[in-house]
Amino acid sequence: MNIGNLIKVSLRALNNNKMRAFLTMLGIIIGVASVITMLAIGQGSKKSIQSQISEMGSNMIMIQPGTGNMGGVRLSGESQQTLKLEDYYALRDKTNYISACSPTVNSSGQYIFGSNNYPCSISGVNSDYLDIRKLSIDEGTVFSKQQIEVAAKVCIVGQTVIKNLFTNGEDPLGKVIRFNKIPFTIIGTLNEKGFNSMGMDQDNIVLAPYTTIQKRILAITYIQGIYASATTEADTNKAIDEAETLLRANHKLKASDADDFNIRSQEEISKMLTSTTDILTILLACIASISLLVGGIGIMNIMYVSVTERTREIGLRMSIGAKGRDILSQFLIEAILISFTGGIIGVLFGLGASLLIQFAFSWPVSIQLYAVLLSFVVCTITGVFFGWYPAKKASQLDPIDALRYE
Amino acid sequence: MNKSIIRLENIKRDFIVGEETVHALRGVSFSIDEGEFVSIMGSSGSGKTTMLNLLGCLDTPTEGDYFLDNVAVSTMNKNQRSTIRNKKIGFVFQSYNLLPKTTAEENVELPLMYNPSYTGKERREKAIKALNDVGLSDRLNHKSNQMSGGQMQRVAIARALVNDPVLILADEATGNLDTRTAYEIMVLFQELHKKGRTIVFVTHNPELAAFTSRNIVLRDGKVIKDAPNERIESAKKMLDALPKQED
Repeated sequence: MNIGNLIKVSLRALNNNKMRAFLTMLGIIIGVASVITMLAIGQGSKKSIQSQISEMGSNMIMIQPGTGNMGGVRLSGESQQTLKLEDYYALRDKTNYISACSPTVNSSGQYIFGSNNYPCSISGVNSDYLDIRKLSIDEGTVFSKQQIEVAAKVCIVGQTVIKNLFTNGEDPLGKVIRFNKIPFTIIGTLNEKGFNSMGMDQDNIVLAPYTTIQKRILAITYIQGIYASATTEADTNKAIDEAETLLRANHKLKASDADDFNIRSQEEISKMLTSTTDILTILLACIASISLLVGGIGIMNIMYVSVTERTREIGLRMSIGAKGRDILSQFLIEAILISFTGGIIGVLFGLGASLLIQFAFSWPVSIQLYAVLLSFVVCTITGVFFGWYPAKKASQLDPIDALRYE
Repeated sequence: MNKSIIRLENIKRDFIVGEETVHALRGVSFSIDEGEFVSIMGSSGSGKTTMLNLLGCLDTPTEGDYFLDNVAVSTMNKNQRSTIRNKKIGFVFQSYNLLPKTTAEENVELPLMYNPSYTGKERREKAIKALNDVGLSDRLNHKSNQMSGGQMQRVAIARALVNDPVLILADEATGNLDTRTAYEIMVLFQELHKKGRTIVFVTHNPELAAFTSRNIVLRDGKVIKDAPNERIESAKKMLDALPKQED
C-alpha cells in the first residue's frame, strides 16, 4: 500500500476513536510543552545573568598581585606590593589588545557631609575606569589629566552615597565631603546602575584620582590592582596573554618562576555563574523529559489495545493480500501521527506557556529554537520507538488465527 | 479439456498439539476446473477448515503439492502467498469481516489498495462495478453498520470479486443469515457461476450442496465422496417457493 493510502487509513482509525487518540496525544502534548517551557526558563535566567555580567563590562580584565612567599611563609595577595605604576604604564602604552587601562587603589572609611555620615570605600582610579566598568556620568565631569597629576582632592560619587549623605535633596555637585578628615570636592555624579547578579550595590561607590589616594590617604607607591579592557570580547584571551608576557618581563621573572600576579577576566565569573544555571536547566529538562517518556508509554499502551481490538481487521487485511510490512507501516504511522500531532500542539502550548510566564510573572524567558526542534524530533522518535513493538506484533499475527479471533 | 484451477496432489497436513500429532488431512488429491461450483462438506473435525486455509493460501501443507492456476503454492513464503491471495483469490467469510464505520465502496476497494498497479480512479471504478454486479449500486456510500446482514454479505462478495480472482472461496457464507436471505445469497452465487466464475463453497450444511455443480465430502481428513451433482437445484425457484413475508 502506498504512503498516502496508509496515512488515510491511519487517520480514519484515529478518527474512529477521537477521545482515545486525544487522551493519548495529551501525554505527548504535556511532555513537549513542558520540555520547551522548562528550557525557556532555564535559558532565560542564563541569558539574564550573562547580560548583567556584560553590563559590568564583558571584556574587562582584572589584574591583582599574586601570592608570594617570604622565607617560606606564604603571604596573601593583598599584602603584596608587586604591582607598580610602571606596570600600568607598560600595559597602557605597549599593548595591542588593551584599549583602556586603569590602576586601582582602595581605602575605606567614613564620609561626612553636614550632620550626615556614611561608611563607604574610596577607589583611586583614572578616567578610563568609567569605560572599563561601564559607568557613566550623570552630572558634572570626570577628573582631568591635570587633576590626576596634581593629586587633586576631587571625587565622583554614586547614587547610593548621594542618598545617604544628601538627605535634604541638596545638589551634590560642587559640595565638599570629608573622607577620614580629608575634604573632597564632588565634581561629578554617576548614573544609577542597580545591584549586580551577585547582590552587590554598584552605586555604593566613590571614585577619586589614584594619585590622590596613593599620596594623600595611603601614602604608598605601589598599586593594588589594574583594570583593563580588551579591544573586543573575542580578543580577551589575547589581551590576557599580552599582559602576562609584559608583566613577567617587567617583574624580571625567570621561566621557572610562577607569576606574582593574577589575571582574571569576566569570562571566568560568567562561566561560573552560567554553569549553575546550566545545571538548573538540565534538571528542569530531565523532569520534563520524564513526562515525555510517560507520554510515549501511553502511546505504546494504546497501540497495544488498538492491535488487540482490531485483530480481525488485521486478519482480513492479510487474507486479502496485505503483507506483514503493510500492517507494520499502518500501525506505525498511526503511532507517529499521534506523536507528531501531539508534538505540534505541544510546541504551540510550550511557546504559549513560556510567553505567559514571561508576561504574568515577568521571569526572564528565552525560547530556544533548538529546544523546539529537539523536543519535536524526540517526540516523533518516541512515537516510532513505542509504536514499533505493538506494530511488529500486529504484523506477525497469523491470518488464520487473526480471522477467527473473538 | 477445461483449464484446471486447483490441483491437489496427496496433500497432508499435521498439527502438533502438545506431544500428540493431529493428522488433519491424510492425503487428499483432487482438481477443480475453471467454471466449477464445488461444495466441500463435512462435519466438524473432518478437516474442512484446514482444507479451506490451504486452498486460500493462508497455510501450507506438511506434505504434497498444491497448484493454484498452475502455480506451486506449497513452497511459497509468506509474502509470496500474500501476493497470490491478493491477485487470485476472493474470500467470503461467515461473519462478513467488513471494516467498521467504512462505506460499502471503500470496503470493496480494499483488496486493490494492496495492489500498487491500480490508481485511485481505477479502484473506484472497479469497486462500483463489483457492487453493481451484486445488486448494491444504490448502497455505495452506506456504512457497514447501516446495512442488513444480507447486504453486508453482498458487499463482502463484491469485495471478493473486485480483483478478478481465478477462485472465490466462501466459508459458510450463509451461516449467519436467515433462510430467505441465505437463498438470496445462493441465487447470487449461482448467477456468478453461470457467468463462468470458479467457486468453492465450504459448508457443513448438506442442503446447500444441492445448489452446486460438484460435491466433495470430507471425513477424518480424507475425501469419502467426490461426485458431480446431476440435478442442480435452482436457488431462485426455492426462493420463490418460500411463503411470502407479511409485513
